[in-house]
Amino acid sequence: MGVNRKLIGTGEVPIITLTDIGVSFGTVKALTGIELKIMPGECVGVVGHNGAGKSTLVNVINGRLSPTGGDVSYNGEVSKADFRNAQRARNAGIRSVFQELSLCPNLTVLENLRIPYRKMPLRNWRGKAALAVRKSLDAIFPGNRIDPYRVVDDLPIAERQMVEIAIAFSRRDMDARLVILDEPTSSLDGAIADQLLGYIRRFCAEGGSIIFVSHMLGEIFDVATRIVVMKDGRIIANDDARNFTRASLVTAMGQVVPDAAEVTEAKKKQVFGAEVIRMENGLNARKGEIVGLAGLAGHGQAEALARCFLEQSPDWRASRAPAVVFVAGDRSRDGVMPLWSIMRNLTLQTLVEFSRNFLVDRKAEGRLAKEWHRKIGIKTDNLENPILSLSGGNQQKVLFARALASSAPIVVMDDPMRGVDVGTKKEVYRMIRDEAEKGRTFLWYSTETDEILECDRVFVFRDGKISAELNGDEITEENMLRASFEMQETSQ
Amino acid sequence: MNRDHVRILLPVMSLVILLGAVFYMQPRAMSYFGLNLLFNLAVPVALATIAQMMILMVNDIDLSIGAFVSFCACVTATFVQSDPVVGYAILLAAILLYAAMGAVIHARGLPAIVVTLGMSFFWAGMAILILPSPGGAAPGWLRVMMTAKTPFLPVAIIAPIIIALTMHYFVKRSALGVLLRGVGGNEQAMERSGWSVMVLKAIAYGIAGLFCVLAGMALVGLTTSADANIALRYTLLSIAGVILGGGEFTGGRVSPIGAVIGALTLTLAASFLSFLHLSPDWQIGAQGAILILVLAVRLVFTRREALV
Repeated sequence: MGVNRKLIGTGEVPIITLTDIGVSFGTVKALTGIELKIMPGECVGVVGHNGAGKSTLVNVINGRLSPTGGDVSYNGEVSKADFRNAQRARNAGIRSVFQELSLCPNLTVLENLRIPYRKMPLRNWRGKAALAVRKSLDAIFPGNRIDPYRVVDDLPIAERQMVEIAIAFSRRDMDARLVILDEPTSSLDGAIADQLLGYIRRFCAEGGSIIFVSHMLGEIFDVATRIVVMKDGRIIANDDARNFTRASLVTAMGQVVPDAAEVTEAKKKQVFGAEVIRMENGLNARKGEIVGLAGLAGHGQAEALARCFLEQSPDWRASRAPAVVFVAGDRSRDGVMPLWSIMRNLTLQTLVEFSRNFLVDRKAEGRLAKEWHRKIGIKTDNLENPILSLSGGNQQKVLFARALASSAPIVVMDDPMRGVDVGTKKEVYRMIRDEAEKGRTFLWYSTETDEILECDRVFVFRDGKISAELNGDEITEENMLRASFEMQETSQ
Repeated sequence: MNRDHVRILLPVMSLVILLGAVFYMQPRAMSYFGLNLLFNLAVPVALATIAQMMILMVNDIDLSIGAFVSFCACVTATFVQSDPVVGYAILLAAILLYAAMGAVIHARGLPAIVVTLGMSFFWAGMAILILPSPGGAAPGWLRVMMTAKTPFLPVAIIAPIIIALTMHYFVKRSALGVLLRGVGGNEQAMERSGWSVMVLKAIAYGIAGLFCVLAGMALVGLTTSADANIALRYTLLSIAGVILGGGEFTGGRVSPIGAVIGALTLTLAASFLSFLHLSPDWQIGAQGAILILVLAVRLVFTRREALV
């Protein structure tokens, strides 16, 4: 392995230097003022809550995303950030293992090596590829029994992840010098994960570098020599790993950057009615309560909501008195009817509820739409305009109106404020509060902390299970982070 | 034995069973001449099936194959026969157009099903312009090649074997074949590794176009004349052939050997029904029934596989 590594000297030249990097998507700032330098031999742990900008940072480093400001330089060479960064990153020996599996499931293990290995020699490439994968697998996961000639689809998920990691570390014309691992252990069991951590240490000792993105704080402390804490698109701490403790790390992640939305008005302590939902996993809600579902994205909150909704809805026909209504977060996937008018979109939920006949009661539909137009303040002068003429925030208001217009006592919300501006958010929070006081129950999944802080009670999810139930004053960002991260440490 | 081997088992078995049934009913088919008669129309179908397979491999579908093969047949029966340079230039341009179509489909994010359906009318129109009424003639060498008396095995058997093995080596073993299948398996992963999916798709479409041209020429070699509607059935036959041969509509899971066997099975099914003295009115329905039967068996197999 040594040849390429010696070329880069003894660790004087950083593999990558980021100077004042900023990335924005439209008006949303994903990264601001990032300064980061990675030296050979370092293992940098990156932690942060949902949407802190970790993935964006990773994509800037591997060159797939061009920063809108600042400079990226590989191997100390000065270079303007441009579209050729991906190629530069490849030539600098930067490789990535992504969070979602990025193998081709229809190919065999050895054929999957062919895809990132662009300049593979063509003579007897199968034999060579099989040997390279085999070697890399044995080096990282000694004792594994993965056959390079098997089709990836036939492998269990843990082995697939092992293959992906092995391919990232495998020997090619350009050796791996900086490997970015994004949640690499998410589907590996303890022993295998330990093998990987051991290999990472050896790899760094030989002069390679690792960027290790993980929610498993235990692993971060195990391997990282330096820890970078991200929050709201900024690096808020970047220090030697020895200077952190678990507690200080969690506190650092939760540190609120000033200028974030104003603090919530004092919550009215009120008495809630009878319990209206109780699910197998322990999720429950009382009448008039706003229940938050928190935790890291993709840990079972959306599934819990879907189950809650489907269990209480009839399969075949719409009921005139629905028990639950749903507010979609992914508007284009399960909310908006893109070709319909605003009015049609608004009244979709309540068509059956308010028509007494087989046919749609046009007059009642119009009345309802007008009423909600006024109540919720949709910015349009004509409800017959197509829904897509509205801004994202206003489209979301229409979806809220669709749900709230129904008489259903329970409203299920799947992260409904994605990409909605602050003003609209405030209006909607107020409306939810009002409706809750009238006796409606809300189940609210959100990836944003200030929304969860609006709730009366919060369930924190971790690995598809509820890891904590927070009441009243216990609902703080710190407690939520603790609950999202803690369980995995006790399980190790 | 991996999943690929299991996949190929079913098409092989259906071909063997069908062939057995034909031989049982008509023992005289078990001869050099009989086999040639049974299978010679399978050669162009097999070529068209391979073309469709190239498209399905990159997660698209081609509804213009029938019209395009008819167009190629018309060009072969007219220009290639009378004015070879112009004829071959037209066919080459058609292949390039096919490749460009693949690039455009990817670059603009268009649904292949719509684009190819549209193109099918274009090809059909061109075919009628070139050959308004059935006619034309096969180039001499083509006629000789398709009707050659080869020793031991007739052309109708040798040609599919050559097609199947060549394409197996290209698609399953070569490095380029791996990249093309990778596009079907995980397009995003290909892009992340810096491959141009547009170029790869253009290559896949170009190869499909080449095989359509070969199918059209083979067809003219057999029938000695062409017609603008000569191969319209090939669109559906080719899709059925790929699927029957163990391929799938998405995910880059295809088998060239299976596809050729699928094409042979479909051709044989038609002969089998004639041997049954089934009225032609019922034949298409019965062919469909055979197809459904085979696919149902495959579904049972894959379900069981998924359980294991």
